Amino acid sequence: MSAAPGLSHFLILAAALFVIGVAGIFVNRRNILVILMSVELMLLAVNMNFVAFSRFLNDIHGQVFVFFILTVAAAESAIGLAILVVAFRGRRSINIEDWKNLRG
Amino acid sequence: MGGAGFQVGYAGAEMFVFLAACAVLLGDLFLPAERRGAVLHWGAIGACVLTAGIAWTGFGGGGFDGEPAIALNGFFVSSPFTALMKTAVMLSVGGSLLFSRRYLEGAGMLCGEYYALALTSSLGMLVMVSAAHLLPLYIGLELMSLSLYALIALDRDNLRASESAIKYFVLGALASGLFLYGASIIYGATGELGIAEIAARIISGGGEARAALGLGLVFMLAGVAFKIGAAPFHMWLPDVYQGAPAPVTLFIAAAPKIAAMVMMLRVLVEALGVLESDWRPMLIILAVASLAVGNITAIVQTNIKRMLAYSAIAHSGFIVLGVLAGDDAGVAAAVFYVIAYALMTVGGFGAVALLAGEGKERAELSDIKGLAANNGVAAAVLMVLMFSMAGIPPVVGFAAKLSVLQAVLAAGLPWLAVVAVLLSVVGAFYYLRVVKLMYFDLPEKGAVALPVLPRGAQASLAAVGALVLLLGIFPGKLLAACETAARLL
Repeated sequence: MSAAPGLSHFLILAAALFVIGVAGIFVNRRNILVILMSVELMLLAVNMNFVAFSRFLNDIHGQVFVFFILTVAAAESAIGLAILVVAFRGRRSINIEDWKNLRG
Repeated sequence: MGGAGFQVGYAGAEMFVFLAACAVLLGDLFLPAERRGAVLHWGAIGACVLTAGIAWTGFGGGGFDGEPAIALNGFFVSSPFTALMKTAVMLSVGGSLLFSRRYLEGAGMLCGEYYALALTSSLGMLVMVSAAHLLPLYIGLELMSLSLYALIALDRDNLRASESAIKYFVLGALASGLFLYGASIIYGATGELGIAEIAARIISGGGEARAALGLGLVFMLAGVAFKIGAAPFHMWLPDVYQGAPAPVTLFIAAAPKIAAMVMMLRVLVEALGVLESDWRPMLIILAVASLAVGNITAIVQTNIKRMLAYSAIAHSGFIVLGVLAGDDAGVAAAVFYVIAYALMTVGGFGAVALLAGEGKERAELSDIKGLAANNGVAAAVLMVLMFSMAGIPPVVGFAAKLSVLQAVLAAGLPWLAVVAVLLSVVGAFYYLRVVKLMYFDLPEKGAVALPVLPRGAQASLAAVGALVLLLGIFPGKLLAACETAARLL
């Protein structure tokens, strides 16, 4: 029987998820939906951090914070998708490479 | 500090803005169409001014002259500092709304949603200012940002606006993610989420979790720098400022910067103040990079909104300079600078939004050639504002730059002050070029002249210009208020 996972296991997993999320935003240059998914992944990685710390510190506040982050993340995706729909209607594309109206 | 009970009266300003946002949404439904625009416009501005009054006098507890107190079970702080910043936020929001009506009417955007989103965004800013805990700080930040994303995309048929909304959304979400990741690490290292509790725990805990604290600090600082628009986290700023409709740019440029600066003070100076030796070098990099990128890149811009965006980056460099001094004088200087910056921005982008006319974007530098001939008042006010942004006495921008530089010198960083002054001299070039274009150039052949502003718009612009001059000549009162605020964060 192996030992129960310790705090560092959770932290490493969360860090990996966070890095995948950040990389997804910067590496992916085509599809905006994938960027929205990456943002979500970042927030979930943070949640995992909070829950792990909360569990190992025996402090409930971290888990309360997670509920708020989940709620805000839902609102954030709603607004992100709404803006995406607006942008799609004007352009008939969600490919970032087609968006060249602004420099930078 | 007062007791830590519930004491809901301290949150009077926040509750009032929330009710005003609800009232605007209801008014949009039930008011007759012909009066709706005017009622909502003046109602929202009135609500902003009233909220500023409530925040300043502390209706129900707190206020600028009140005792500092922690309320709402330790989530909410009320002090002279929060009163001053909330007043500044609400007055800049009111000013931004005042200058936006002409454009909104022309673009068909004069609707309840615009004012409701503006008010919920200000509610987010107020919550950020009053936060004594990372949770309300985050909730306020998101409430502010989410309303701003929607505000940019409100002009549905404007391709540029939706593109800049997406850019702002993605980078803003990334910034929140970085900030949160840093917050989770700080939580893990200290076991606390309250600002004061984190600071106390770091002092009592010694240096055992120093590495983790440093890591959390870096992530949180990156998130905050994003929001304040300091280089190298400034990529979103020029695109968003240029792409958003002019009144929305005005809104984004002024009040959210105040809230972001408060967030920076709360996180760095208050929560992680013990780590000053760690964050000071990072802030020096941020400040120098912002001053250099902002002032040098602005020179080659041909669009006024884009030029002012780079100027905003340079100004955020100055705000960071004030924060990095870290002591009371530095904080007071940063507070003074951000208030002066908000005032200048409301005037500058306000003039751009007014001159853009009815729903059209006329924001190329060539558009303002010969402006003084047909729009004397607007040109004169823009000239005062450009002098102020460049930091030429006797306008308020000079007093602000001076107090920041004094704080930097007092902190023992003379070379940094020299760099800041040299880069400001570079910046003076593009500000003065605007004055030259307005006064000494003739309109291009075949160019359509900018519309002559109505009297009301001229008067409100002139009021901002007069305020900039007045605060520049007599900065004493405001400076004293900033110093009181800095002593009692």
